[in-house]
Order: sequence, then structure tokens, then C-alpha cells
Amino acid sequence: MNRNFLAPSPNLARRHRAETAFKWFGRISIFLAVGFLVLMLAIIANMGLGTIRQTNIALEVDLQQSEFDSTNLASADFEGLIKSALRQNFPQVSSRSQKRQLYNLLSIEAPFTLKDFVLENPETIGTRISLWFIASDDVDMYFKGNIAVSPAGNVGRLSKEALEWVKYFEQNNAVKTFFNSRFFLAGDSREPELAGIFSALAGTALSLAVCLIISFLIGILSAIYLEEFVAKNRWSDFVEINISNLAAVPAIVFGLLGLTIFINVFGMPRSSPLVGGLVLALMTLPTIIIAARAALRSVPHSIRHAALGIGATPIQTVFHHVVPLAMPAMLTGAIIGMARALGETAPLLMIGMVAFIVDAPDSILAPATALPVQIFLWADSPERAFIEKASAAIIVLVIFLIVMNLAAILLRQKMQKKF
Amino acid sequence: MTERLRNFSISKTQSGSKIDEKLISLVLIASSLVSVGVTAGIVLSLLFEALRFFSLVPISEFLFGLNWSPQTAIRADQIGSSGSFGALPLIVGTLLISTIAMIVAAPLGLASAIYLSEYAGTRQRAFIKPVLEILAGIPSVVYGFFAALVVAPFIRMSGEGFGLEIASQSALAAGLVMGIMVLPLISSLSDDIISVVPDELRQASFGLGATRSETIINIVLPSAFSGIAGSMLLAASTAIGETMIVVMAAGLAANLSANPLDAVTTITAQIVALLTGDQEFDSAKTLSAFALGLLLFCVTLTLNYFAHKIVKSYRKKYE
Repeated sequence: MNRNFLAPSPNLARRHRAETAFKWFGRISIFLAVGFLVLMLAIIANMGLGTIRQTNIALEVDLQQSEFDSTNLASADFEGLIKSALRQNFPQVSSRSQKRQLYNLLSIEAPFTLKDFVLENPETIGTRISLWFIASDDVDMYFKGNIAVSPAGNVGRLSKEALEWVKYFEQNNAVKTFFNSRFFLAGDSREPELAGIFSALAGTALSLAVCLIISFLIGILSAIYLEEFVAKNRWSDFVEINISNLAAVPAIVFGLLGLTIFINVFGMPRSSPLVGGLVLALMTLPTIIIAARAALRSVPHSIRHAALGIGATPIQTVFHHVVPLAMPAMLTGAIIGMARALGETAPLLMIGMVAFIVDAPDSILAPATALPVQIFLWADSPERAFIEKASAAIIVLVIFLIVMNLAAILLRQKMQKKF
Repeated sequence: MTERLRNFSISKTQSGSKIDEKLISLVLIASSLVSVGVTAGIVLSLLFEALRFFSLVPISEFLFGLNWSPQTAIRADQIGSSGSFGALPLIVGTLLISTIAMIVAAPLGLASAIYLSEYAGTRQRAFIKPVLEILAGIPSVVYGFFAALVVAPFIRMSGEGFGLEIASQSALAAGLVMGIMVLPLISSLSDDIISVVPDELRQASFGLGATRSETIINIVLPSAFSGIAGSMLLAASTAIGETMIVVMAAGLAANLSANPLDAVTTITAQIVALLTGDQEFDSAKTLSAFALGLLLFCVTLTLNYFAHKIVKSYRKKYE
């Protein structure tokens, strides 16, 4: 019975160990989440950064006078010129399948590159010129080391022989990488080395413009009505529950809605940024309404009382005093909503924005695709080079998202008034 | 002085603005009706097309049939042209992938939330919160890409190392990545929920000599249980409705299997497969997508409704 009550209990060390373990469990979970994000972005960046450079091959082309009709230079057989230039480098190539492999070293764009050069510099006709041509995606992948050499000696679709020819070019300093401006300026293509994200970006921009106009307008007006005018009753409760449920409806269901209502009932054109924007607008509407209501709620009542006290009508009070004060926070909500809409893919698949589109849409009614859908399409392609393109498109998409989120955070910090 | 006076003078437009005000309130009412209209539009369009589907295929076959192979006939008189529309393999596949996702996301998300709200200082929070927000803001197509091209091959390869046969589009890969995707949702919702628990409860527990972790386990979490359950329901409904990850990583093989190493398909992946490409709005194949959509909508709506209800009554308890 002479136990010292001031001595620490023997249990204490065990309890403290449990405390430390518990704390570390939380730390490790956060580390896993953050680590996964970093790992995922790093792997994708590693897969996609190669897109910035594009492999080109220099080829000496003999522009013989006899090949050209001086009245119509564009009608010359540029493809034939390229092919004979390739054959001159490798006179030993004779069989048809070998020739086809040889021609496949260069992109199908090569004749057009030559044509543009000759039309710009007609004085070069009759001379031998050396020009850089875009290499095919197989050659590009080989130089970027994205495909391992198989035991049989081939690299992907490049046969052992073709590899020798590529190495011959390399030894003669005829292989070089250039900045890949095509990726940012061209539309989609069947050939990975020619494919770019421009048309997808244009489709995304048009859809988001439609989405922003509609969802911001309707979202803010309905937030004003719900927050400032409607009395709290069963109807307002119903609308509130409705909005919070709408926020959690799966994206693909909005796609089904767009397909039946906008395309089948209203007869709007399939695959168009108009329908895409409308569907995205309906999806972002709950986000914007919820953010706008929170913004209105943060404006103190004294502002309203002061305005009403000097004789402003309720509408004047709201539109002249409350809304301007809440605007920065409303804009923040709108930007976050747009960032979500930017990455949305599933509903766009439903309304047909998944087609192979080369040209950028010139109106909101023209067929278009969107950046995330383009990523989906490329990721589905068998060619390794398209995977690289998809990764690069993801980098572009994530950069846009980060910029938009940063803008929202800055807006929140700089513009928001503290009451 | 003049400026002040002007503010007090009666505006000329004031008398004429009565009609404008009526008009403005009408516009406001109309725009608040849009969201109700959207819900009505969703319900009506899904219901209408789904009913057309159920006139071709009995609802009992759709809900309990074991075989899913929505073929369309090339010729009308072709044998076996009707296809079979038993959605059970899709339902099981959806549940399998969502369960894997929740097994990953629930403990990690809850532990992150507890750490953030109970342990992390302001500086740590200022760093971790935005990172989790970025994680939540990354589009699902990016997760799908990562699941299909990095995680699935990795799992397959490590399975081969152990002599396991793993499908190249395994439910495990899709579920794991989906778990990471819903993790920030759980952590941010649970963080909010835990911070509602009044500090007096913690102080009382500390006063009795409990350590921080004992306080959290015995006091905070039981008090916040219903709210956390609500946030888990919301996360589960997100996982069930998630589309791009499963379209890209889970594939279209309608196997009735509960093995996470098998390839399974989900409701959302099938909707995408059925509606991309040519559509005929009189064939059971196209219409079945709407029946699947209706099923998905009903399930997620029920989950959301109860989640919101639980969270709301939880908040009321402490506020």
C-alpha cells in the first residue's frame, strides 16, 4: 500500500508509443497522397516532355529542271523526288517491301515540305538542295529511346535494315531535333508525328466560352434570388436540396441529358461546342450557385440596411451594393467551376465530341473535339508515339488547370474585402 | 458638399423603375428554376428512354440477368439478334471497383483528415491543403491514362513475378487509382466534419489525462461518426459514377467476377461503349444505355440524399 502516486504509471510509455504510431499513420497517409500526385505527374511529364523536340532528317534532293513545268511548279511530282533522293542514299535497296520501309523513314508530310520550299525559292530548281524533313514517328521514337530494341534487332515497327539506314543518316550528321511547333499549331492527324492539339484547344475554348456565359449568368442570378429574395420555406428547401443533389450527379448522366434533350429533341448539331458548352454549363451550375451564395452571405447586413435606409429599392440594394462586394468571390467560384469543366471528358463522349477532327472549329456549331477527349483518343491508340502526344497534352491540360486555380487563389486573396 | 447632396436628391429613374423591378424579379425567379428544370430534364429523359427499353426487354431480366452482351442485328431476321441485357455483371463490376477504391481511400482519407485537423500546424496545413486540392482538381481522364498505361502494366508485371495471372485491364488497377482520386474528397469533407466537433469535448478529455490519440479515438471520432459516414457515402457515390478511369483502365469484358485480378466492366464504361459511334434510337442496344443511366442516377441520388441528410443533422447537433 505504499505505492507512489507521483511515479509515472507503467502504462504511460505504451500509451505514448500508441500516440506516436497514431500520429505517424496520419503523416504516412498524407505522404502517400502527396507522393502519388508527385509520382503521377513526374511519370507523365517524363513520358510527354519529348514531344517538345521532333526528330528531322536532312536529305539532299536533286531538283532536276526536267521535273518541273515552269508554268505550274506545284504540279511537279514532289513525292517522286523525295523517293528518288532516298533511293540515291541507299542504292542497294531493290525489293518493293524494302523500298516501302525506306520511304517510311520520312513523314508523309515530306513532299509538302519540299513543295513549299520550291514554291518559295523557285531559283533553286536545277540544283541540289539539302532540306530538313520530319522523320516518321517510328524513327522519332527510336531516337528518343522510347522503344527498346527487341531480340530480333528491330525497334517497334522499324526493321533491323531500316535501323541501319537511320544509323547511316545519324553518322552523316543528317539527324537533328527541332522545336516541335506543329504540336501546338496543328490539328489531329492519323500520323503521330504530324498530330497537334490546336483544334482540340480551339474546341475546348469555344465550349468553355459557351459554358461560362450560360452558367455564370444563370448561376449568379439564381444565387441572388435564393439568397436575397426568397423567403425560407419548403420551396426554397426543395431548390436547395435539388442543387446539392445536382452537384453530385455523375458527369456521364449530364451527357445522356445533353444527348436526348439538346441533340434529339432540339436538333442541335452533334459534336458541336454549343452542345458541349451547354452540357458543361449545366454541370458547373451547382458549383457556381453554391459559391455565389456563399459570397452573398459573406456581405454584412449593415450594407443592405444602409442602402435600404436611404431609400434604395431591394433590387437596387442588391445590384448596386451587395453584388459588387460579392463579385470577387463569385468570380473565384466561376474560375474553379471552369477548371472543372476544362477537364471533363465523359459527357463530351456522349454528345459525340469524340470524332476525328483535323481542322479547328470555326463556329460553335462546327464539329469539334476537346483537349481531354483528345487525350482519351490518343491514349487509346496503338502507336507508342501517340502515347507521348497524349502525355504532352496532359501536361498542357494540367498547366492550364494550375494557372486557373492560381488565378482563383490570387483573386481570393487580393480582391476579397474583409468585413 | 455637392456630392453628398446629390446622393440625397431623388433619382429621376426611381418612379419609372417599378416595371423594371418586376421584370428583374421575374428573370431572377426564372434562372432559379433552371436548376430544377435540369433535374426534371434528367429524370424525364432517362425515364422516357428507359421505359422504351423496358418495353423491349423485361425489367426483371435487366436487373437480375447474368449475361450482358448487347449485340445488334445486322439483319432484322438474324438469329440471336436481340442480344442479352442482364446488368448484374455490370453492377457487380461497379461495386467491385468502387469497393477497392473505398478500401484505399477511406482509411487514408480519414487519417489525412485527422492529421490535418488535429495535429498539423498552420504552416503544414497551408502546404498540404492546396496539394490535396490539386489532387482533387486533376481531371479523371488523367487518372485514367495513368491507370491504363502505368499502374495496370505495373500490377500485371509484379503479378507475374509472384506467378499470378492478372488481366491487363484488372479491376485492381482501376480501383486503386480511383481510390487515390476520391481520397481528397474524403479528407476535405471529413476535415470539415471533425472541425465542427466542439473543443470543450477535447479539453474535457485532456483534462482527464487522455493523450491526443486517445481523445481522437474515444471522443472526437465517435462524436463525428455520423458526419464521417455521410462523407464516405458521398465518396462512394462519386466512385460509382466515375467514368473515365473505368473506360480507360477497366475495359469492356462483362465478366461476373468478384476477383480483383480479373477484368470486369462497369455501368459507366458500358454507357460510353454503347453510345459512342452509331446510335439508333429504336434499338434495344442504344436504349439500354439509358436504362443503365437511370439505374446509376437512382443509386447515386439515393446515396447523396442520405449523405446530405446525415451531414445536415450532424451539423445541427453541434451548431
